[in-house]
Amino acid sequence: MAALYEELGLTTEEYKKIKSILKREPTDVELSMYSVMWSEHCSYKSSRPVLKGFPTKGPRILQGPGENAGIIDIGDGMAIAMKIESHNHPSAIEPYQGAATGVGGILRDIFTMGARPIALLDPLYFGELKNDRVKHIFEGVVEGIAGYGNCTGVPTIAGSVNFEECYEGNPLVNVMAVGLMRQDKITKGIASGEGNVVIVFGNKTGRDGIGGVSVLASQEFTAKSAAKRPSVQVGDPFTEKLCIEASLELIDNDLVVGLQDFGGAGLTCATCETASRADMGMEIDVRLVEQREPNMEAFEIMVSESQERMLAICTPENRERVLAVCRRWGLDAGVIGHVTGDGLLRVKDNGVVVGEMPAHSLADEAILYNRPAKKPAYLAEVQGFDARAVKHPKDIGKSLMRLVTSPNLCSRHWVYEQYDHMVQTNTAVLPGSDAGVLRLKDSKKAIALTVDGNGRYCYLDPFVGAQIAVAEAARNVVASGAVPLAITDCLNFGNPEKPENFWQFKEAVRGMGAACTAFGTPVTGGNVSFYNEWQKGAIYPTPVVGMLGLIDDVNKRMTAGFKKEGHVIAVIGETLPELGGSEYLKVIHKKVAGRCPALDLNKERHMHAVVLEAIKLGLIVSAHDLSEGGLAMALAESCMLSGLGARVSPDSAERSDLEVNEWLFSESQSRMLVSLPEKSMFLFDRIIHNSRVKHAYIGRVGGDDLVIDDILNISILEMTKAWRGTLECLIS
Amino acid sequence: MPARFGVVVFPGSNCEQDCHYAARLVGAQAAYIWHQDTDVSKYDAIILPGGFSYGDYLRTGAVAKFSPVMDAILDFVDKGGLVIGICNGFQILLEAGLLPGAMLRNRDLKFICRYTDLVVENNQTNFTNKALSGELIRLPIAHNEGNYYADEEALGEMAANGQVVLRYCDARGTVNDDANPNGSLQNIAGIVNRQGNVFGLMPHPERAIEDVLGSSDGQMIFKSMISAVSK
Repeated sequence: MAALYEELGLTTEEYKKIKSILKREPTDVELSMYSVMWSEHCSYKSSRPVLKGFPTKGPRILQGPGENAGIIDIGDGMAIAMKIESHNHPSAIEPYQGAATGVGGILRDIFTMGARPIALLDPLYFGELKNDRVKHIFEGVVEGIAGYGNCTGVPTIAGSVNFEECYEGNPLVNVMAVGLMRQDKITKGIASGEGNVVIVFGNKTGRDGIGGVSVLASQEFTAKSAAKRPSVQVGDPFTEKLCIEASLELIDNDLVVGLQDFGGAGLTCATCETASRADMGMEIDVRLVEQREPNMEAFEIMVSESQERMLAICTPENRERVLAVCRRWGLDAGVIGHVTGDGLLRVKDNGVVVGEMPAHSLADEAILYNRPAKKPAYLAEVQGFDARAVKHPKDIGKSLMRLVTSPNLCSRHWVYEQYDHMVQTNTAVLPGSDAGVLRLKDSKKAIALTVDGNGRYCYLDPFVGAQIAVAEAARNVVASGAVPLAITDCLNFGNPEKPENFWQFKEAVRGMGAACTAFGTPVTGGNVSFYNEWQKGAIYPTPVVGMLGLIDDVNKRMTAGFKKEGHVIAVIGETLPELGGSEYLKVIHKKVAGRCPALDLNKERHMHAVVLEAIKLGLIVSAHDLSEGGLAMALAESCMLSGLGARVSPDSAERSDLEVNEWLFSESQSRMLVSLPEKSMFLFDRIIHNSRVKHAYIGRVGGDDLVIDDILNISILEMTKAWRGTLECLIS
Repeated sequence: MPARFGVVVFPGSNCEQDCHYAARLVGAQAAYIWHQDTDVSKYDAIILPGGFSYGDYLRTGAVAKFSPVMDAILDFVDKGGLVIGICNGFQILLEAGLLPGAMLRNRDLKFICRYTDLVVENNQTNFTNKALSGELIRLPIAHNEGNYYADEEALGEMAANGQVVLRYCDARGTVNDDANPNGSLQNIAGIVNRQGNVFGLMPHPERAIEDVLGSSDGQMIFKSMISAVSK
């Protein structure tokens, strides 16, 4: 029989270290607590040494990684808090609750810091919509996000939905939350002040979610995983909403010293992290915690992941006022212990000590692993594929329609119309454009938010693919008229104990770091999700970037749709023969191969500057980033979003040695599709001339069809009908 | 003196701040009314905002009608005070018997959030007196249970009394099935009581309050209320 520590997911080496910290055998309660805190999910034991390479500082960064969320200065004494997390494995097992509790957890990270949550974004990755199980997961996840987010009154304003076979048994459900706060209200998860009172409020503690981080999140997925369903928690968005209001009222009235939510590893994590951050200790009694069911054991109370629970630390003088605020909002609230000066986390059960260990040792002293990394053998083969040699179908119009109706490029309205994306009355750009835009009330400013990550590119080249994730996010933000400020990242990878997976991880982190440095967008925190594997192996390496941008004047926000007949259409940037890893190659040729598009970080940056300048001067009236599906798809989208047609002609100089399919479907980076009135062309040309960026005028807005010379001619009405109907059709 | 609007806050309301903001934007005074308050007499008009009161766990609006503030609101209505229920607020008004009919789940069994076109069928009410007759307006909806139902008798009575105020229509103003987002009977989107002082509607006028949000058509409803109470 395996030893208890092994069943809990600890290694022999880790067990030995626990004994050397305690200088004795750990009790069962202590062992449970170490097992959850030292799990990959909580300790980042494989990733932490690698993540050190990220740029995390900048003039606008008020809080970088290490707290519940990152905080960015947006001027006028205001700040944005943001964070992204994954809830992949719970969503695979129980799609609705897995996704719902993912939303709940990330919202708590935001309001814990003193920020009112103002937006949710959801990057989602599923298998191909070919079997009922994938459809069930897809529908359940979307409903779970809607069910939870809508009820809490936080708009879901953007996201992405991707379908690829590699995610079939292990979907990715990442959730990003964003909050708005006054800078003087920044609250941290810190238990300072000896003698201060420790209060738990929110839901009662039950037996749900025991071992969620260790058993579920930090092991590979197998056929037996369904038996882990009891490790998935059940969400209650109504209580979450009450927790939001109670927490913000506590902070507004300066009643708490520190505030922390209960996430993975439950009470254990909340107590040891807050104490550890303050270099203090804490003494609590588990019997004082409100319990949902009788006879819960001490270890169960310590590791339960019951949702919607908060830990508050306050002075003894404020104790009654804190309890009164919570109870006014109808929440359970009670004192469970106090802050001590000895640095120890002491756990009592009805007065009897059942565990006592240094808070630091739980929170910060997990054994870090320098995992071996090895370049995977498959790379040489896939990169050797020559995308220039493929034979293109003759009917290019048909090729475009196949892209328009491909699951990855068709309209997402079936998804985002299930999300309340307008509550709070700030949504200035509705879902469907390049980024979500929120105006800030009582200010001229607005923020732009987006999430991006292309697993296919990262599979072909994790370094460049990860750079592209950052570049595309920045491009989406820029296309909305915003200056990119900072990112939060969710790094989804396979089992890090396999050297090939770990190599992908290291390369991706290196790429993201370089791109973030180039764009001046520091990493403010995020999440690493390993062990994303199923019967057919690991998922594509999928680093996801959530980016924040700032717009000085909300009236200068930009959208992707064309605006008016007669406007001139231009492509900024250079189109190269880069079909490797493209949606065209996948849809038309059933191939995920070749080299992913190259990225020149400087070129990208210069392009951003040109577009932002043109927006600032009011020269361009639409901007749409060129990405999956290339120029053809961008044209189609700008037409469909406006209901206007366009007449386009391949510019002979610009596409010198490009085959026309390459010109239309290449996914070359650092490009933007814009439209402008003719009278703006002169100044626009001058801006371009003074930069190192190329551009080409390719046609005009107008008519009811998208016409590309004699190559294709498609009615926008028909195209829109097909584009909007695809997802619904695939599901039913 | 500006009109005084009270916005009720139930546990789980989530549009109370939006309504508060909208009321102030059109020139009214606004204050929050806690669900346990028992006196609402100082207000000229009361807004029951959208959201998920008490989590909507039993049935939308079913628990909210038992909260202390609802007794005060019944009294307020009796005395002729104006009450508008938006989305979940409409559902609460139905549950409380202040308006006829009931709300079913949307036809497609999904939450729907999007802009809808609406035709103002009756511009002679306290809530639409600033609209033209048959005016078309754009307001967003965001609900799971907006599929309005009433029996034949109630429908007949409402028709006879001009109680149907808003119907879902297409961009040209035609009321048809294609323009019906949730399966609502006769495309009904908003109704008033017989006395004309209680208005329930599924669309959110407070969300269409400024051009930056895509429409400011919602202003008409709050301005109509101000005009009604200022007489």
